[in-house]
Amino acid sequence: MNSAYGLVAVSLVVAATVLIGTFGLRISRTTSDFYVASRTVSPLRNASAIGGEYLSAASFLGVAGLILAYGADMLWLPVGWTGGYLVLLVLISAPLRRSGAYTLPDFAEARLESMAVRRVTSVLAVLIGWLYLMPQLQSAGLVLRTVVGTPVWAGAVLVAVVVTINVLSGGMRSITLVQAFQYWLKLTALAVPVLFLLIAWRHDTAPAPTRDAPPTFPQATTVSVGADVTVRVEHPVRVVLHGRLDGRAQDGPVELTAGEHRIARDSTVVFPAGAAVPHVSGLPESTDREWALPLSGREYPLYATYSLILATFLGTMGLPHVLVRFYTNPDGQAARRTTVLVLALLGAFYLLPALYGVLGRIYTPELLMTGRTDAVVLTLPGRLIGGTLGDLLGALVTAGAVAAFLSTSSGLTVSVAGVIAQDILHGGVRSFRAATLLALFVPLGLALAARALAVADVVGLAFAVAASTFCPLLVLGIWWRRLTVAGALAGLVAGGGLAGTAVVWTILGGPPSGLAGALLAQPAAWTVPVAFAVMIMVSLLTPRSIPPGVARTMVRLHTPESLDVDRGTWRPKRV
Amino acid sequence: MSWDDAQPGTAGDSPPRPGGPRGDEGPASGRTPPKRVLVTSPRTRAARRPRRPVTREIDEQTGLGEAYMRSLMRAQLRLSLGVCGLLGAAVGGLPLLFVLVPRLRELQVLGLPLPWLLLAGLVYPAFVGCGWWYVHQAERNERDFAELVDRDT
Repeated sequence: MNSAYGLVAVSLVVAATVLIGTFGLRISRTTSDFYVASRTVSPLRNASAIGGEYLSAASFLGVAGLILAYGADMLWLPVGWTGGYLVLLVLISAPLRRSGAYTLPDFAEARLESMAVRRVTSVLAVLIGWLYLMPQLQSAGLVLRTVVGTPVWAGAVLVAVVVTINVLSGGMRSITLVQAFQYWLKLTALAVPVLFLLIAWRHDTAPAPTRDAPPTFPQATTVSVGADVTVRVEHPVRVVLHGRLDGRAQDGPVELTAGEHRIARDSTVVFPAGAAVPHVSGLPESTDREWALPLSGREYPLYATYSLILATFLGTMGLPHVLVRFYTNPDGQAARRTTVLVLALLGAFYLLPALYGVLGRIYTPELLMTGRTDAVVLTLPGRLIGGTLGDLLGALVTAGAVAAFLSTSSGLTVSVAGVIAQDILHGGVRSFRAATLLALFVPLGLALAARALAVADVVGLAFAVAASTFCPLLVLGIWWRRLTVAGALAGLVAGGGLAGTAVVWTILGGPPSGLAGALLAQPAAWTVPVAFAVMIMVSLLTPRSIPPGVARTMVRLHTPESLDVDRGTWRPKRV
Repeated sequence: MSWDDAQPGTAGDSPPRPGGPRGDEGPASGRTPPKRVLVTSPRTRAARRPRRPVTREIDEQTGLGEAYMRSLMRAQLRLSLGVCGLLGAAVGGLPLLFVLVPRLRELQVLGLPLPWLLLAGLVYPAFVGCGWWYVHQAERNERDFAELVDRDT
């Protein structure tokens, strides 16, 4: 892709985001403006903002990449990320809004009347937020390198700085406007290029990836290797290689024998048309026919699929940046209606990544060799359309990707900073500013230090932790009167501890192979039931620590606002 | 209706409901008919013994108020679990179906493989429809509850 167009696209989105954000400065003055945008946001704008905040780099880039690599099984990711909102809608949306809580710790305190539960919840919310922020910043680095050629750290730092400016200048009011803008930008950035891509695909006799053979290069293809890569060659092939192969400098035709080969970065390899695509080591090679079938990709596909379904459907409600948004609805019924609108907006968006994944399988199979499948959305317009139009469409998807990092990072930063300011620092606008720096620069450090993982995989782990901690707390807290302080604490510690261990193991060491590996890489299927069971059992064993005000709290959570009843006097602490 | 309208003594002229408080009072003058009968409207007598609005039962957390709250929560929970059960059966059943009937994984519908048609397309409008139906039902439950509790409005 032409890097000048990419640079212009990145600059435009950054400038627009900062401008809209700074414009918010003039409107937002009081503390509650920062937090809840004064509750004057219309449902469509609020739903757009929720969508804009929720659709991260994992949705914009990662889903298409995983579909390109693993096929039909990965369709469950966007299904779960949307279905999570349906579960959220039916189980918690209206009661959560009626609780009057700004944040998860607020809800925990209101429902259980315990500062201990509040503190544990705060720590978990901050950890989940950081776990979710880290891959956003990492993939910002990768995208900027693909498009503009900057070093990996530069993109992460750029996003961190823009988000800091934005959050500090306007708080949530400006963020709401920014987020709503970002949703429509992201939708446009995927939908417009896909129309052109489909037209080009029709012109190209509309090939479909259905052969019973692994992918091949459709025409003679030059592959530029951006980072050192080990590939597995199944069928010997004669290529033209400039660079280093297996540690030796090469400059001309060379035979790639069957087996593993190491290709140094900045090498270029020219494959003849029809050659089988070598796969990066660790990515199993599958025929196009297998690829299109569900339950045929990774090891233990049935377990992995169910665990993914559980994590995404139940984890959505526990993400810290999702809950804050509900307070911007005027009442419980509006919260429900907004959520249905969110379902529609997310559904419209998630129709698109699968198309990119399939087209990528046909036209950009070299990503299977470089292992950079996350780049498929950015690569396709230039490959399939080319010329100035291809460059322009490439710039548009780049803009969408930048919007994805900025919006999710901003939303997460606001909510993590809110929790830090309220529960760890003294509160007040000054604390909120200090907390913003803390909320953003810890994951930035992690992103620069940790090894690169597929963005959607790390995000999946954040969902698993949320599903194993906040989901039982919210669901039991809202619907079960006998939940006790001891039960909630035990469930949070058990679920958070188990899922957290699995996450740390997977990220630091990479999961072991076999069943243990599947259990650690997709922990939700066992950690969520354990968390629910512990929370229920311990609550039943400690009936004395049922909070005294539970009946009043239930009135508050479940009665419609039109009724004039006593809802208690609890108000969230304001920063 | 506002709280002030529901103060005891000013309200109470609406027909009693089953399960409502003191809903069965009638004229107490039927057992030994004297020669001269004081004829009054039942309404007047009822007004003298004020009904307590249900909102107040809820506020004071009486057994009756709690019963009303539980009935609301049960109705809403039944609805929510119904949607979750449907979702679990439909979405959770798909992988199992693909394992049990592997032929379905390759079935072509409208020129697309069935799993792709379902998971990359049809599931999203189904979610929206399901959510829309739920909101409709949940709001109806709340309206019913509000009418039950607050019917002088």
